[in-house]
Amino acid sequence: MSKCNHSHAHGQTHDLIIEDLEVAYRHNTVLKDISLHAHCGSSVALVGPNGAGKSTLLKAIAGLVKRRTGRITWSGEDNLKCRGGEFAYLPQHEEVNWDFPITVRGVVEMGRYSQLGPWKKFTKQDDLAVEKALSLMEMDGELANRQISELSGGQKQRAFIARSVAQEAHVLLLDEPFTGLDRDHTANLTRLLRKLAQENRLVIASHHDVNTLADIFDHVLLLNRQIVAYGECQSILTEENLTLTFKNTANV
Amino acid sequence: MFELLEMLDMPFFRRALVAAALIGFTNGFVSGFVLLRRSSLALSALGHTMLPGIVIVVLITGVLDQVGAFMGALLASLLVGLGSIAVTRHTRLPQSTALAIFFTSAFALGVVLLKYVHTSQDLEEWLFGSILSVSDADLKVFFGIASFTLLSATLFMRPLLLTLFEPNVAAVQGVGVRWMNYLLYALMIFALMASFQAVGSILSIGLLVVPGAIVSLFTNHTRWLFWGGGVVGCLGSVLAVIISIPLNIPTGPAIVLVLGALFLVAYLCSPNYSPFKRSPKT
Repeated sequence: MSKCNHSHAHGQTHDLIIEDLEVAYRHNTVLKDISLHAHCGSSVALVGPNGAGKSTLLKAIAGLVKRRTGRITWSGEDNLKCRGGEFAYLPQHEEVNWDFPITVRGVVEMGRYSQLGPWKKFTKQDDLAVEKALSLMEMDGELANRQISELSGGQKQRAFIARSVAQEAHVLLLDEPFTGLDRDHTANLTRLLRKLAQENRLVIASHHDVNTLADIFDHVLLLNRQIVAYGECQSILTEENLTLTFKNTANV
Repeated sequence: MFELLEMLDMPFFRRALVAAALIGFTNGFVSGFVLLRRSSLALSALGHTMLPGIVIVVLITGVLDQVGAFMGALLASLLVGLGSIAVTRHTRLPQSTALAIFFTSAFALGVVLLKYVHTSQDLEEWLFGSILSVSDADLKVFFGIASFTLLSATLFMRPLLLTLFEPNVAAVQGVGVRWMNYLLYALMIFALMASFQAVGSILSIGLLVVPGAIVSLFTNHTRWLFWGGGVVGCLGSVLAVIISIPLNIPTGPAIVLVLGALFLVAYLCSPNYSPFKRSPKT
């Protein structure tokens, strides 16, 4: 399905390496001294208080914000060169133009741009990817033909996750993917994220529910403008680490 | 009817009809982008900004022609556009506020400078349009603008729509978002330039907003906005030129009035939005 599977046959893994990253908006330093290493076939939760820089870290990996210092590479390539195929990005909703006259299926079809570019024709394979993404998020059938302006918050979220999935990208960067989902769809997305990691993709998602973390992700990054702790869920999710992450907001 | 046939014998009238069709189509087509970009206000600002640009060029060169007017209008709108972005970046003012400050100041400057221009007769035409006096050379310019709009918008429709929908996701998917924004800006400026001739600087925004808005009342398909807008803009403008002569009303305002009336009718008849057809539920 993805390039990753193919190369794994040769015994390679793909690594996301962040070295010494610093991001600032004007004089306000949002992220500092970020260095980490993640590989495909795993999922990483970003956890931290409001303003900890979770969204900014996702945007930095996607190449959407200027970094003051540092390097981000994915399988040896600078992250800016990985746009257009390797990364899928799910933003938070404020940035979307909801008045757009477009159906749910139309939104998900947009996800195929990485494969199609401006001119290539939509093929059977693209159709299949779209259909599969829609049904994974339970947005198929009648819902797929609805205008996005007519959707509820949770349905909008599912449509956008479906769009990210349809990209069949190697790395999924998801900003609060569980926002607005009800219990059943939360369980559904949990299964999907696990499956994506099993397919040798790398899933990085900001998440705020500490209780469900370990069910969904295998790694966790505790973030508060700097990395507080990073590693496998069991060893990192200690009372002490969490207190450290959520306590210091005012001092930074 | 006889009158119309008689008028068709007059070259100026034939040129006006062709110009109205070309300008109306270009503006109607681009109005889809204006609608999706939610930038009507900013465009109105640009339309007004073009006046001082043109006046200053006339003051410097002493003549008023298409190229000079275009360069002046482009420079002025760039200055105002970039200036407002710079102010927004360095203050807490929202960009619409910064833009309003810049464009009203620029327009006021243009009106003051008008006093010093000797070809004020022509400039009045720039303010309110003069489609009945277009030349063959003007028609070529309009044809060029219409062709460029159709060609570039068709070639880049997919990345343009992705950019308009959600620029960050588009960028990650490999769309050259910055270039698409430049292209959108260029399309809007070209369309504004063309409608200057038809309806003048003050009313030009109407031709560039109304057709897309009319079509959006009837369709849920993004692509229809452009072609439908083009057809509505084209037919509306041609109709306005035809009725303006027997009714003896100025052509520029006639175009905007016809489009405005069409919008009202469309709103009242729209299957989804008409105030008369609301289902009891809502």
